[in-house]
Amino acid sequence: MEQAVEIEGVSKSFGKKQVLSDISFLIGEGMIYGLIGPSGSGKTTLIKMIVGITAPDAGAIRVFGVNVPNLELLEKVGYMAQADALYTELTGKENLDFFASLYPLKSGARKKRIAYAAGIVNLTAELGKRVSAYSGGMKRRLSLAIALVHNPKLLILDEPTVGMDPELRLSVWTELLHLKKEHEKTIIITTHVMDEAERCDIVSLVREGRILATGTPAELKQAYGAKDLEEVFLKAGRELR
Amino acid sequence: MRILAIVKRIIKQLLRDRRTLALLFFAPLIILTLMYFFFNGETEELVLGTVNVDVWFTAALEESGVHVIPYEEANRETVINNELDGLLMVANGEMSLILLNEEPSASKVLSAQVRTAAMRLAAEPEGRPQEITAQYIYGNEDTAFFDVLSPVLIGFFVFFFVFLISGIGLLKERTSGTLERLMATPIRKGELLAAYLAGFGLFAVVQTIIVVAFSILVLDVVVAGSVWHVIMINLSLALVALSLGILLSTFAATEFQMVQFIPLVVVPQIFFAGIFPVEGLADWLQAIAKAMPIYYAAEALKAVMYKGLGFDAIKGELAALLAFAAVFITLNLLVLKSHRSL
Repeated sequence: MEQAVEIEGVSKSFGKKQVLSDISFLIGEGMIYGLIGPSGSGKTTLIKMIVGITAPDAGAIRVFGVNVPNLELLEKVGYMAQADALYTELTGKENLDFFASLYPLKSGARKKRIAYAAGIVNLTAELGKRVSAYSGGMKRRLSLAIALVHNPKLLILDEPTVGMDPELRLSVWTELLHLKKEHEKTIIITTHVMDEAERCDIVSLVREGRILATGTPAELKQAYGAKDLEEVFLKAGRELR
Repeated sequence: MRILAIVKRIIKQLLRDRRTLALLFFAPLIILTLMYFFFNGETEELVLGTVNVDVWFTAALEESGVHVIPYEEANRETVINNELDGLLMVANGEMSLILLNEEPSASKVLSAQVRTAAMRLAAEPEGRPQEITAQYIYGNEDTAFFDVLSPVLIGFFVFFFVFLISGIGLLKERTSGTLERLMATPIRKGELLAAYLAGFGLFAVVQTIIVVAFSILVLDVVVAGSVWHVIMINLSLALVALSLGILLSTFAATEFQMVQFIPLVVVPQIFFAGIFPVEGLADWLQAIAKAMPIYYAAEALKAVMYKGLGFDAIKGELAALLAFAAVFITLNLLVLKSHRSL
């Protein structure tokens, strides 16, 4: 299997606070890779480094064999930030259109992609409304649609399902699994919801800037003799002490 | 075209933010109008004391609406004590005028009327040209408030509002996380900056035209030189304000912190803009004045609007303004670098 993302000895500190220490792992193409951990564990920093927004203090990151950061690489990456980064004066459609027009898409293809992305997150009917009138969940969905709009090979989603109702969460996950299977997308996702972690192909447990354990959910449960990932997390955390 | 996409987005956003638009376009007009009324208040009847002035001259003055009070003897103290606007004395065939100049606009009118009267009498068959020397009790002959002030004010408002709105525009992009989000797209920093300059620049152009047109058409501000030069200067200044506003927004975390730059960056510029004469200041203060963009714009605007000079007189100032803009744009590119290395 080709590697979509290679992370080698990455460290980062903000001021005196060490956020990530010597992180290394690989993400194979065509899988859903979950980064699981409490807030403040360094997941978001790690994700931003893979996108290329934040530079690591040490170590190197390669995406599809190319060193990050790289502008052409970003055409293949769809990023959904933890905080909704939307233009609230504009409508949902205008937001999608704006972000889509930053990528090399023909106008016809762009329209199709916008319709497709809005359909996935079930926002088609609300596209004409201004984002300032959106609920929190709708904003999350629009952010996800924006991450998808240019048909990226690699999707990097930072807590995508926060604020979504169970119904919608299910449909988003169905779509993520579909994207993986049918379109061979690689998806990196952070979450602290354990049942979402169960759906990932590989999960890494992140805590205090370190990776406690990595493996398929089944492997991890077996290794720690735990009945669910929550328990794995607790046990792995205790070993750290 | 990515730049175009951002420019279009900025325009849409601003057009929907009615209040900001109103601030940008109408606030300068309101303040200019207020200033106009304050500095061009209705002048009361002018009172001129005279010593040894003949009846013909007195009649000519009274005819033009000046109230004349003859004195046997008078001096500067007479003017101050009797609250005269001026004193006209004839001694040995020489005419000398002492002006109180408490209100420069009153002095200007009075001085003009005395000279007109002198010219009218000189045109009479037996008349002869009359030299008039003028002295000022307060200030000097160059003090003419709104005339000098209006070019400076026009420049200042263009600078101030463009600075504030472009700075807060980019700041909002930063605080809402959209700037970081944009860094996850294949956009170059240069493109982003160019788009910001173009998008907000467009509004700056409209604002400049509105302010200049309002000053000339409604407030009757005299433009002795070319209106195009006035607009050209203001646009150069707007470019400086735009690039400086965007630059400083990098160092502000909130809108409130952006507003804190006003007393630090904007207010000092007023002092060096030529509302108060810079020439009389200490050398080191004059050196500071030369580091202020508004100083150059004000000099150029005064040259065009007040003195009626042509392009040759302002090209140095225009070059200085463009140099400021170039420096700020370069700094912007360097500062933006801290977010992503591309």
